[in-house]
Order: sequence, then C-alpha cells, then structure tokens
Amino acid sequence: MAEVLLKVKDLVKQFDGGTVLDGISFDVRRGEVIVVVGSSGCGKSTLLRCINALEPIQGGSVELGGEPVVYGSKNLAKMRQQIGMVFQSYDLFPHMNVIDNILLAPLKVQKRNKSEVRAEAMELLKRVGLDDKAESYPRQLSGGQKQRVAIVRALCMHPVLLLFDEVTAALDPEMVREVLDVMLDLAGQGRTMIIVTHEMQFARAIADRVLFIDNGKIVEDSNPDTFFESPKSDRAKQFLNIFNFERSK
Amino acid sequence: MNWDFILKYLPLYETAALLTVKIGLIGIALSIAVGFLCAAALYFKVPVLRQIVVVYIEISRNTPLLIQLFFIYYALPKIGIAMSAQLCGVLGLAFLGGSYMAEAFRSGLEAVEPIQNESALSLGMERSQALRYVVLPQAVSISVPAFVANIIFLLKETSVFSAISLMDLMFTAKDLIGQYYKTTESLFLLVVFYLIILLPVSILGSYVERRLRYAGFGS
Repeated sequence: MAEVLLKVKDLVKQFDGGTVLDGISFDVRRGEVIVVVGSSGCGKSTLLRCINALEPIQGGSVELGGEPVVYGSKNLAKMRQQIGMVFQSYDLFPHMNVIDNILLAPLKVQKRNKSEVRAEAMELLKRVGLDDKAESYPRQLSGGQKQRVAIVRALCMHPVLLLFDEVTAALDPEMVREVLDVMLDLAGQGRTMIIVTHEMQFARAIADRVLFIDNGKIVEDSNPDTFFESPKSDRAKQFLNIFNFERSK
Repeated sequence: MNWDFILKYLPLYETAALLTVKIGLIGIALSIAVGFLCAAALYFKVPVLRQIVVVYIEISRNTPLLIQLFFIYYALPKIGIAMSAQLCGVLGLAFLGGSYMAEAFRSGLEAVEPIQNESALSLGMERSQALRYVVLPQAVSISVPAFVANIIFLLKETSVFSAISLMDLMFTAKDLIGQYYKTTESLFLLVVFYLIILLPVSILGSYVERRLRYAGFGS
C-alpha cells in the first residue's frame, strides 16, 4: 500500500458558534481518489478549504507529507504550492489571458524558466483540448473551458494533491462532461485527489473511496460499490434516495 | 460680445488657467496618495489608523471645500501655521480629494471577489503577491470610472480658490467684471477656459475606461 500523503486528524471548524466540522479524521494515500459527498451545507467544501488552510480551524490538524499545514503560518504558501485547488465558481484571473493565468504562479512563485513552463502549459492545454485558446481571455471562454483552464493552472504547479470543490456545480449540463473527463484522465494518471461533487455516477466511477459527511462528521468511509449498493447508515440511505427517481402511478 | 475685450484679456486668463492647472494637478496628485493610503488602512483594517481614516473621511466629505480653505488660510495662522495661498489651495484640495479617492480605491478593492484572492493563495502565492498580481490590477481597473469622476470634480472645485485670493480663473473673471462691467465676455472666457482644461480630461477618462473594460472584464 502506498504511503500516507495527507493526514487529517480531529479537524474541528466552527463559524460564529456553529460547528461545521466536528472532529473529522481520515488519511489519504498517494494515488488515491477520494470523493466526498453529503447534503448541501454539510461541510464538504469547508473541509477542502480547511485542508488548504484558507480557513482557520478550531481544533485538530492537517498534515501533508508529514508536515503540518497551518493557517497563518510562515511556510503556508510553500505548503499550498503542493496542493492544487479548483473552485466551483470560475476563479481565473479576468485581467489575464489563459496562458498568463497559467504561467503566473510558476514564474512568480516557483521562479521557473519561462519557456520551459510555457511548453509544459501548452502541452497540458492540448491535453484538455484548449491549446487554441492560449491567448483568449476568460470572458471569451465557456464555463467548461474555464474550469479546464483552472485545472491546467493548478497542474502546472506540480501539486502532489488536487482538491476539486464542486467544479461542475455551476456548469450547464453539456459542459459538465468535458470537465469530468479531464478529471477521469487525471485519476488514470495516478494523481492523488479529493473531490467534492454532486455527480453521483461520476463519483462512483472515479472514487477509490467515498466519504459521506453528515452533521460535520464522517458517517461512512467505504469503497464506492459498498457505499452506493449497501450504505450502512440511515442518513446515507436517505441521501442516496434523493438521486433515485420513480414515476408516481 | 466685445471681441477686442476678449482678445485683450486672453493672456490674463491664460496665466490664471496655468495657476488653476498647477494647483489642481499637485492637489490631485496628493489626493491620490492620501486616498491610496487611506484605502489601504481601511481594506487591511489597520487598528487605530482605520478609525482615524474614518473620521477624516467623514469630515472631509461633509464639509464644503470653501470652508476647508477658510480654515487652512484664516484659522491655522492663528495657531502659528501660516502658509502661502497657493500651498493652502493645494492642501485644501488634497484634504477634500483624499477622502473621495480613498472611497474610490476602497470600493475597487472590495469589488474584487474574495475567490480571486483565494485562488491566488491556493496557487502558493504569498499574500503580498496575491495583492500585487491579482487583486490590485483588478481593483484599480474597477476604480477608474470613480477615479476619473473625482479628478473632474476636483478640477471644478478649484473655482473656489479665489476666496483665498488666489488669482485663478474665477478670480480673474470676477476681477474683470468688477473693473469693466463686461460680464458676458468675462464669463464667456471663464467657461471656455474651464472647458479647455476639463474636456481633454473627460475624453481621456472615457477612453481609458473603454480600454480597461475591453481588457478582459465582465467574465
């Protein structure tokens, strides 16, 4: 079994007195694809934001490769370079074209050689079918194209862990597939990913493990077949029922 | 309309216009500096400084420039701070403009979606890098229309400088009316000169606004 890459231990997150995450613990091994599901407001997105220390936490710890990721710490930027994150809303920088969006961090943060990163970026853009859009501005792209660029931008930093926060939730249905295909491709390359999604069929197809969160706790942590076929908890059964449709007679 | 009169006193207006432009430009430059610092104090919630800035903005925005100038020109010498009329004009304009510029920059900074900062941080940038490469360029572009409007507003406000006996355009016009009763000609020249100063600023401003809008916003 591969070594543990990410260790989340007893994570507690509170907002204005309310507890959003109530003692979350799980490990992610290198190469694993974890899908986090749960009803809206259960804390899935908050969990990802805490892993990347975009939020201060009130208890517990997050470790990446044995090193702590701590909100406000001096080496936080360094730790975040190893974590790629793609958000639900389009987070491309609107004042830069596609290639500048991708090159900004590798050049300014990692001080890498421009022609080398550019070649890599073009290669990745080609892989997601957008090499002809390198000079376009975000406003000229569709939602699905923007998300693919955001994924390439994250990949160009060579992260060891990728976080996807409902990246298809704001997309038109026809655009969802093209983004999910890119993510399936990444899973096939053996990348370590944590995905928050409402696309249940996709979750089942891509996940090595499914975490079901309810009321700020991990209620189920199982392989996808077990989770979708025979969930243990009543909450998970109720939750999965939402996705079953039957015509009333 | 007496054209001979107009031609004769044209040079007087030119000198006055140069003074108006000079004081206006220096005052506006200072306003921008003051505004930028104040906006930064508000945006980063710097303790103490932030409260001072809030008080300053309220005083500055809720008192007329004329009264601010009177205070600087007539009241400050009583406590031993005497300055030339020109310096008073510059400082008065900066005092007034600083708050307007601060509000323009602050609203620009606040209009940048937090997700922009967060995605920059997620890419491993330091807070200062995120600010410099991602937040500030967008904030400045968003501020441009308010910024241009402020410049035009401040240039127009210079017309009260005559009250502290600065020989600006308004002063010249009033002086000529008082001496020769050529009200129409004097005011005509006044309007023309203000237009000569302000129209280019206005045209340049809308050009810059259009360019910035084109540069990838409204995604």
